[in-house]
Amino acid sequence: MSNKIELTTPLSTEDVEKLNIGDKVFLNGIIYTGRDAAHKRLIDLLNEGKELPIDVKGQIIYYMGPSPAKPGNPIGSAGPTTSYRMDAYAPKLIELGMKGMIGKGNRALEVIEAMKKYKAVYLGATGGAGALIAKSIKKAEIVAYEDLGPEAIRKLEVEDFPVVVINDTKGNDLYVEGAKKYSKE
Amino acid sequence: MREVHTDEITNVVRDLFMDANCNLGEDVLAAFDHAIEKDESPVAREVMKELKENARIAREENSPICQDTGLAVLFVELGQDVHIIGGNFKDAINDGVRQGYMEGYLRKSACDPFSRKNTGDNTPAIIHLEIVPGDKIKIMAVPKGGGAENMSRVNMLTPAVGIEGVKDFVVNRVKESGSNPCPPTVIGVGIGGTFERSALLAKKALLRKIGDRNPDPEIAKAEEEVLDRINKLGIGPMGYGGNTTSLDIFFEVEPCHIASLPLAVNIQCHASRHKEAII
Repeated sequence: MSNKIELTTPLSTEDVEKLNIGDKVFLNGIIYTGRDAAHKRLIDLLNEGKELPIDVKGQIIYYMGPSPAKPGNPIGSAGPTTSYRMDAYAPKLIELGMKGMIGKGNRALEVIEAMKKYKAVYLGATGGAGALIAKSIKKAEIVAYEDLGPEAIRKLEVEDFPVVVINDTKGNDLYVEGAKKYSKE
Repeated sequence: MREVHTDEITNVVRDLFMDANCNLGEDVLAAFDHAIEKDESPVAREVMKELKENARIAREENSPICQDTGLAVLFVELGQDVHIIGGNFKDAINDGVRQGYMEGYLRKSACDPFSRKNTGDNTPAIIHLEIVPGDKIKIMAVPKGGGAENMSRVNMLTPAVGIEGVKDFVVNRVKESGSNPCPPTVIGVGIGGTFERSALLAKKALLRKIGDRNPDPEIAKAEEEVLDRINKLGIGPMGYGGNTTSLDIFFEVEPCHIASLPLAVNIQCHASRHKEAII
């Protein structure tokens, strides 16, 4: 892991262009959550020519469905879900100006190509570290699709939210490079 | 006959799921420590430290280790001299799951396969029941997350491929799963039986403690060899690169049909959660 970088959302093209795979990034500001069901609804709206409930320009979507918040806490455990299930929807949102996605696990080639073309990054949060990650979420509110329960779109206010750059705007992939470095096959 | 009231079963199931989701086993924590010490990759060691810290927070605050608190899988060994009173056995278990997921602030992840509508209380539980001698009920609760489960596979191999074919399939499955199942993983392998029996064996294998070897020395050797091959893949914790791709692998073997070699690989994330109780 090379650099440690702090970023505040919304992100510009310049913000994401300076990131390289392996960089540790601490995010501040607003990020949105969305999983399979919410993504499907967003893309259905776009296909019908309708407006989205959130403006994705410059924003980051975190693939996450939290456990219920205990009284007095903004959110329950809040780690990432596996990202490939959003691969079918992500390129369209990247084209609309979304600058980042947070999740875990490999992305499809179409998503990596869209990140290169429209300048966006894929960031990894530590899967299964939901109790720890929740500490950097200060506020959470549902902004769309409340009926989806844990899968509703939430607006999160985060402080020093820790992520690692997995795919940068140059088409590099930390999963490929990391495994290459330590493979003894 | 010993009488056991359904209320007691419900209470035990409720407590087991709350406990399993917040308190990671000592064997898993020891395996984390081993990786923090031994992994060559600094990034891997950092991730393992985060996982250890996460487990500490979960334990101290009684909050779930992971937001994916799983589908509620149970293995129940029911003594044949037990008489269950007070109601329906299956309802008692589902009531326990319902209460545990509500009272423990655990995420409800059960939904209809097509409409994706959430059942709202994480039921129905997935219950594997076995009748055994005695007058006790042993209940093992295994909250099983979706990410690692999605990377699991059953394959009906040709008998000619033998144990080498089994080893290759398992290693390839872990390799192809890459970062998706939240490595470092635990791998349950069911060999033999029928199509569905192999899958059940693979799931049950996940109940073993990290470091437990199969009593058959040949099979134990195969477990060690495959674990070594997996940890040479370089995937590492979270897939960021390293020598800790799996914490352990467990083979369970049973006789199969003369025409078949069923093989199931059930992948478990590093949050290898399971707790048991005896009534």
